[in-house]
Amino acid sequence: MSPFWGMLRRDLALARRNAGDTLAAVAFFLLAVGLFPFGVGPAPELLARIAAGVVWVAALLAALLPLDRLLGADFEDGTLDQAMLSGLDPAMVAGAKAAAHWLSTGVPLLLASPVAAIMLNLPLDALPVLVAALALGSLVLSLLGTAGAALTLGARRGGVLLPLLVLPLAIPALIFGVAAVDAALGGLAVRPHLAMLAAMAAAALPLCPLAAGAALKAATE
Amino acid sequence: MLQAEDLAAARGGRSIFAGVSFTLTSGMALTLTGPNGAGKTTLLRLLAGLGRIVGGRLLWNGADALADRAAHARRLTLVGHQDAIKTAFTVEEALAHEARIAGVDPAHAGAAMVALGLSHLGSAPIRILSAGQRRRVALARLPLARRTLWLLDEPTVALDHAGVAALGAVMAAHRAAGGIIIASSHLPLPLPNAAQLRFNVRPPETEAA
Repeated sequence: MSPFWGMLRRDLALARRNAGDTLAAVAFFLLAVGLFPFGVGPAPELLARIAAGVVWVAALLAALLPLDRLLGADFEDGTLDQAMLSGLDPAMVAGAKAAAHWLSTGVPLLLASPVAAIMLNLPLDALPVLVAALALGSLVLSLLGTAGAALTLGARRGGVLLPLLVLPLAIPALIFGVAAVDAALGGLAVRPHLAMLAAMAAAALPLCPLAAGAALKAATE
Repeated sequence: MLQAEDLAAARGGRSIFAGVSFTLTSGMALTLTGPNGAGKTTLLRLLAGLGRIVGGRLLWNGADALADRAAHARRLTLVGHQDAIKTAFTVEEALAHEARIAGVDPAHAGAAMVALGLSHLGSAPIRILSAGQRRRVALARLPLARRTLWLLDEPTVALDHAGVAALGAVMAAHRAAGGIIIASSHLPLPLPNAAQLRFNVRPPETEAA
């Protein structure tokens, strides 16, 4: 297991060194959310109604930003070859990359999401549900995104292909994530929605690294 | 003992080489020479387990080496023509990360830096290093990871005389300890008594392997 932790540690150290990438994703997220009051008008009731959906969509898009370089940089400088020769299963290599993406992009977005929600006048008592749903949703997206990044590795226009591949797959997580917040606002049960999101994360956790690992193996052949 | 039997490789349906056979026992070295595009890099990657063998077998101590690619990977270090180092780190940090990934105590990074003449550059960011100095950092991975089989693709490119001498000493120590080295190069390598495998350009083939 030591190569796994070694790789994760190196990627997190690299993310800390290049903190601008994380900050850019968070800034994009807050800015995208901040544009909506200008687009749809500043009526507080309207903003509160769409807040959950806007925060979710903006977070999905912001999390996609660093995906392009997540594996692309390693592929170009030879680090990916070394990772494949670390003695880890390719799926575990992909797992380490997904974990690095979640910790260096997903978690910062998660921390910024209450600010974004308050900007859109989301009632405070729905905040914990939003954050919990987004925690599971961002995990799903990191896993899906890593698989997408692995599949588009080496492809021309991979950066454009990646969102086209990943965003449709993220729709189920989006539906249940927003439904959880709506349920909280309407005084309905939140747990079924969160349970669905947790089930998606549980399914993506083994499947996405397996698919990504196979793609990485093909890319380094 | 590394044994190649009739290895063949293809890329994009075109045969690159076929019928490569050799046997290397501990302490032996093999240099790969030949024109550009002859398949030296492809052979090195094939021996590392990156890539698909279209013909022949690769044996380690008599057993199929690539049956368990992860176990095979733990026997070897590949230094390709890309340095595979992150330029945001300092030399020390980069080698400490390499050590942890290889499952070695990061405290050994100091000895590897001394071996490649990098000890005065420990706290220098790799971003500001020259191509030759970066090459030394990539090569420092060899004594650091302590694997048996070293696969080197043009290891001396960009190295100065002192760098080549340092690499020669590291390689001699590795062979004395029973290690095996396979290196491709267009330049003479400091590998005394190395066997040589020459790739010749062949006329374009019509049949795809």
